Amino acid sequence: MAKVRGRGIASVSYPTGMNLGGDPTQALVFCQPTGGFSVKLASTDLGQGLKTVIQQIAAETLGVPLESVVVDTGDTDSAPHCMGTFASRGTHRVGNAVIMAAQEARRALLEVAAEELEASPDDLDISDGVISVRGVPDRTLSVFDAALAAHFKYGRTISGRGIYLKPKSTVDPETGACDPDSTVAHATTVADVEVDTETGEVTVLRLASAYEVGRQINPAMVEGQIAGGAVMGMAHALMETVYPEYPALRPHAHNLSDYLLPTTMDLPEISSVVLEYPSSNGPYGVKGVGEMTANSPIPAIINAIHDAIGVWITELPVTPEKVLRALKERDAAQSAATAAD
Amino acid sequence: MSAITVSFTLNGRATTLTVSPATTLLTALREHAQLTATKAGCSQGGCGSCTVLVNGEPTLACLTPLAHVEGQEVTTLEGITPVGGLHPLQKAFYDRFAAQCGYCTPGMIMAAKALLDRNPHPTREEIAAALSGNLCRCTGYLPILDAVEDVARQNGGGER
Ligand code: FES
Ligand code: FES
Repeated sequence: MAKVRGRGIASVSYPTGMNLGGDPTQALVFCQPTGGFSVKLASTDLGQGLKTVIQQIAAETLGVPLESVVVDTGDTDSAPHCMGTFASRGTHRVGNAVIMAAQEARRALLEVAAEELEASPDDLDISDGVISVRGVPDRTLSVFDAALAAHFKYGRTISGRGIYLKPKSTVDPETGACDPDSTVAHATTVADVEVDTETGEVTVLRLASAYEVGRQINPAMVEGQIAGGAVMGMAHALMETVYPEYPALRPHAHNLSDYLLPTTMDLPEISSVVLEYPSSNGPYGVKGVGEMTANSPIPAIINAIHDAIGVWITELPVTPEKVLRALKERDAAQSAATAAD
Repeated sequence: MSAITVSFTLNGRATTLTVSPATTLLTALREHAQLTATKAGCSQGGCGSCTVLVNGEPTLACLTPLAHVEGQEVTTLEGITPVGGLHPLQKAFYDRFAAQCGYCTPGMIMAAKALLDRNPHPTREEIAAALSGNLCRCTGYLPILDAVEDVARQNGGGER
């Protein structure tokens, strides 16, 4: 009886979004007389940082500082419809809708500024909250003054509507071919584990991953998703299960002593590198990162367990009982084979 | 319905609340004192998100009847946040991106504060042990440990 180590590898190709009869999200953008912009979304930030990346995307598209954008999320009564935060679709779908809405608002802003600056809207640029006439550096107007003029002098709105729709894709009845996703991100995880053959316990020592996520809007938050997802994936592999309640009508554990979650005492060493191959249809080349981060660690850990003890565990989570039972079967099969020789 | 009146010190202020007898400290803080930093993750003692300090000791507010803090000193995240500023732990959590959804954060910070008050320079292992009763679904804990370690290092500890 000993502690034996193994290494496993697994990869995932992760399709962003999904397509159950079409996958749309809408956004509204409007400007206050202060020059501050508001983005109205029904979409919800679950903690991944949707509000922050949308603030970044809106500010970039409008040409105003980050602080000039307020992102208001999560109220389906007061904002236009979003399919939801799932399938790593948030940044891709909402970001695209917000770019469209921000571009319309930007055009309305430039039309007002064009009157004030006596120039064509096509000759205007906005950068860091200042509108300038291309080639005439001293002819400028702040977004604030343009917004004031729109409201009090011209009686015009500076606002925009945006929608991104991944249209419904029908399935070819002959071949089964369809086009359900918009873009595909990729990841590979290498797991090092240690299996205690006496207790059946599996310890994950290390999870090293490479992620290809398209363009990163906010690298620190991408890193946060990857670290959190690595631990969540490890927990799916070794701890978390809806059994024995499932498939009862109320398939849930009743408290946190029925449902094991990892704590600060269960952490492997986690490292990752991020590669950026921008997508053709994501906002500024985004693909998405959220959900896939909990995917590749699971098969990588299972493969590492196989590498360590030579058995395939085919049911999650890999509890000590399952490991001990598998080891027993392995040993029985081995001695039967020896006896037959 | 009968009610009880409980007097205690809440974030340095003499406080008296009149509540129904079974009211927990968690409900009293959030619904009677309107201090909502303390979170109700599970309301059954399993997650640590409701951690507050009672006489400096980390305590699960969801399992503590308000009546038990009669005459005691209760400190919540609001109580350690300087006006217009951040506690060193809050600053470190911010700098390290140690919050995603933020539900665990107030409890994590209060548990970490209790540790640092008693041991100003804990090792990484001691930090992990002190926070092991606080669950986080989002971050994978590493940035949280890094943040507390940063503050421990400022205090002259935190070496691995
Ligand atoms: S809310 Fe108190 S431990 Fe979860
Ligand atoms: S940040 Fe979401 S639970 Fe910790």
